[in-house]
Amino acid sequence: MNWTLAVPELVLGLSGLAILGVGVLPKANTHFACAMAAIGAFLLTAVLVLGAPEGTGFGGQIVSDAFSRFTRVLILIGAAAGVALSLDFNAKEGMDRFEYPVLLVFATLGMLVMVSANDLMALYIGIELLSLSLYVVAAFNRDNERSAEAGLKYFVLGALASGLLLYGSSLVYGFTGTTNFDRIADALSDPTRASPGLIVGMVFIITGLAFKVSAVPFHMWTPDVYEGAPTPVTAFFAAAPKIAAIALFARVLGGPFGDLAGQWQQVIVVISMLSMVLGAFAAIGQENIKRLMAYSSIGHVGFALVGLAAASEAGMRGLLVYMVIYLLMNLGAFAVLVAMRRQGRAVENVTDLAGLARTDLSMAVWMAIFMFSMAGIPPLAGFFGKMFVFKAAIDSGLWTLAIVGVLASVVSAFYYLRIVKVMFFDESAGALDARPAALSFVMTASGLFTTLFFLYPAPLVAAAAAAVASILG
Amino acid sequence: MNAAGFPLLTLLTFLPLVGAAFILTLRGDDKVVAENARWAALWTSLIVFALSLILWFRFDKADAGFQFVEQLDWLSEFGITYHVGIDGISVLFVLLSTLLTPICILSAWDAVQTRVREYMVAFLVLETMMVGMFVALDFIVFYVFFEGVLIPMFLIIGVWGGKRRVYASFKFFLYTLLGSVLMLLAILLLWYRAGTTDIPALFDHSIPPSLQTWIFLAFFASFAVKVPMWPFHTWLPDAHVEAPTAGSVILAGVLLKMGAYGFLRFSLPMLPQASADFAPFIYALSIIAVVYTSLVALAQEDMKKLIAYSSVAHMGIVTLGIFTFNVQGLSGALFTMLSHGVVASALFLCVGVLYDRVHSRDIARYGGVAKIMPAYALVFMLFSMASVALPGLAGFPGELLVIVAAWKVNAWVAFGAALGMILGAAYTLYLYKRVAFGKVTKQDLLGLFDMSPREHLVFAPLIVLAIWMGVHPQTFLSFFEASVTALVARHDAALGAARLAGM
Repeated sequence: MNWTLAVPELVLGLSGLAILGVGVLPKANTHFACAMAAIGAFLLTAVLVLGAPEGTGFGGQIVSDAFSRFTRVLILIGAAAGVALSLDFNAKEGMDRFEYPVLLVFATLGMLVMVSANDLMALYIGIELLSLSLYVVAAFNRDNERSAEAGLKYFVLGALASGLLLYGSSLVYGFTGTTNFDRIADALSDPTRASPGLIVGMVFIITGLAFKVSAVPFHMWTPDVYEGAPTPVTAFFAAAPKIAAIALFARVLGGPFGDLAGQWQQVIVVISMLSMVLGAFAAIGQENIKRLMAYSSIGHVGFALVGLAAASEAGMRGLLVYMVIYLLMNLGAFAVLVAMRRQGRAVENVTDLAGLARTDLSMAVWMAIFMFSMAGIPPLAGFFGKMFVFKAAIDSGLWTLAIVGVLASVVSAFYYLRIVKVMFFDESAGALDARPAALSFVMTASGLFTTLFFLYPAPLVAAAAAAVASILG
Repeated sequence: MNAAGFPLLTLLTFLPLVGAAFILTLRGDDKVVAENARWAALWTSLIVFALSLILWFRFDKADAGFQFVEQLDWLSEFGITYHVGIDGISVLFVLLSTLLTPICILSAWDAVQTRVREYMVAFLVLETMMVGMFVALDFIVFYVFFEGVLIPMFLIIGVWGGKRRVYASFKFFLYTLLGSVLMLLAILLLWYRAGTTDIPALFDHSIPPSLQTWIFLAFFASFAVKVPMWPFHTWLPDAHVEAPTAGSVILAGVLLKMGAYGFLRFSLPMLPQASADFAPFIYALSIIAVVYTSLVALAQEDMKKLIAYSSVAHMGIVTLGIFTFNVQGLSGALFTMLSHGVVASALFLCVGVLYDRVHSRDIARYGGVAKIMPAYALVFMLFSMASVALPGLAGFPGELLVIVAAWKVNAWVAFGAALGMILGAAYTLYLYKRVAFGKVTKQDLLGLFDMSPREHLVFAPLIVLAIWMGVHPQTFLSFFEASVTALVARHDAALGAARLAGM
């Protein structure tokens, strides 16, 4: 048994246990120390991931390849930034308990298992480890009604999604006699042998995953959970788990079900189109900026799925590039959202940003850059993400999808511009509180990436290409 | 290496960004920062302009190909490189951009008092985008700059604009974006077919006629909005009226040229068949633009709006000239673009001079200004006459060439264009009469100062150009002669080949 393949996961899991053990012992508040330890564990794991050998282990349950390496590093970056965003907020909101970083460590462990899963069983275990941790952190501000409600809603709908996924997996197992990705792929290498039952199973799996990435029509939980959960938790939700779920989507559809592309492509085209359109129109009327970001993330998932819908190597590559850019834009934008406090209280309406350019120009500029980038305006990074996925769609002849997509991006530009307008054109609504250094750091780092990506995009694109090549083989 | 011996075009493109970065590092008292930002922006733009003069002297007018070419790896495995260069069509637009930027910065010296640092940064970023767009020889690079213009312009209109600035800035942004994303899809399709986005390489890539139609329509969606052509022009009056003076100047002087430049650079050479097929359609829209917007201009009460509508009319002449596909038409169109860039910019600056003093753009608010501000009235008259295309001034040679070219194609089209010239004279003179002549009925106008030395300095280069272009147009025509001739020859050859293939 080749257990060295799972060293990063093992290290992260043991670190989580160690942090938990250390956190319980002393009488003093250990939130900060635990959070720092969690960030340290994430960075250590990232280093281990980069040096991890390739191959399959644990009886074919886990695979370590370029794809899992690429996405695991991304997830770890997102998770580390997510913890950094929560430091100050949690302390001010009185939820600075050491369980928070511990839960995020286990959620991240779940994500790592997800993206390196090579078997439906491992996939399910990863998803559940992630989801159970997230249900708890969504309700982490337990005295707050909205937070508790968000946790409960997320739990009910998440459980439903897990059920669908499990049901789909059992159908696939029933019709192919295996849960291993490689053997499913072998069984399907002759697509004519794909029975209707198997296709139904695959569609159930797609549905379960669509819940996790919050693609329309399985998005209903997103706005409520995003709005209700504490802002750093929302930031975490919008970053790393999205990457993991999308990566899993790509691996499952590109790997074991790769030969059924003709079947799943139609499904993905529809949910991608619906997500882009709903994300564009529904966000227009939102006053709460977290809710707005929820719809924005639905839209972004739609754009990313354009790459998947192309069902080609170029499409998968575009998808990965899109997710990298999405991750960094989102971390930056959420750093701004977390920093929105006035007189010690968190504020979360769009209008609370009014006149930010007069009171805190650098934050306003970074936020404007993230908004323009999300709208897909060159030379910012978001444009290149869109360019790659649409290029793939056109290569595959998906004209309707591409046209709907670019039109949706124009509509969505409206609400991104509205945020810029509020910050730059409106009269000031009073200064926001000074922001902690951790937020400035995340904001500046992701802002610089978003702005300067155009200078040298080649290495990232090459890495994404290598990652995709490893799953499409 | 290119003719300059060093990466001149890259330097011209990105030097303004260096200036902008420097301005962002300025710290200290607001007043001091504002003053330093102004000077830093002015020096940056002047240095860029001085460097760009190398193009004027070292450009080889006999060569129809691309010069000062630079090519660097970017996303080479996908067929995208950082490829820049200029030919006769683009060289003067680069110079126009680098000339107008310092003029704009100088014109906003006193007019802009709030958030000066951000204003200067926005203008320098805008200059980068404009220059980059004209020198780009790769479609994706072109698109990046073409769209990138939207960000600084959106902020310039929205932050420093007039009362309805929010509406105008959103309309400007979304309208242009809508057109451009369709063009992006067409670019992606070309990229897919040719495996490269290199513009010179795409010139040699032939596209089947049925596909040309679709690509043409996608390009049209973007360029027609940018030009703007009737009926896609409605964003322009709003944007012009609400933008601050310098914003209007750049908008009229350079940004409006981007659409026509796109037609010349891409639609004509890459899609010869579709361009020829759509020519009657373009003629119709152009003539409607010329006549209709001239009539609309006649009825305007707002000076800026009037000039904005006159811009639409002038751009109608330009699109008409481009789609005549002969040397006179294309030269005339290019010349009109340049002269309009100088004259319309100057007219917006003229309005700005009055607006800075009285804070009104209402024509009825003025009258008898010639008695109070004689020097100003003289300058205003010069540019009004140039706009009317009085022989001897900048507007004339271009419009004459276009009408001659149109005559070759269709007498009625030429008639429509000539009608536009007459109406142009009517609304411009009517504007000038109401503002400059007559009795001074508004007593507060009596206290107005004539132009300050700084304002003289702003207008001086434009006056020189307006007269130079009118008296000796050959100086400017000679720059694009070779390129235009080559373009027309290639267009005819492509059409001839298509006809042979059809037989």
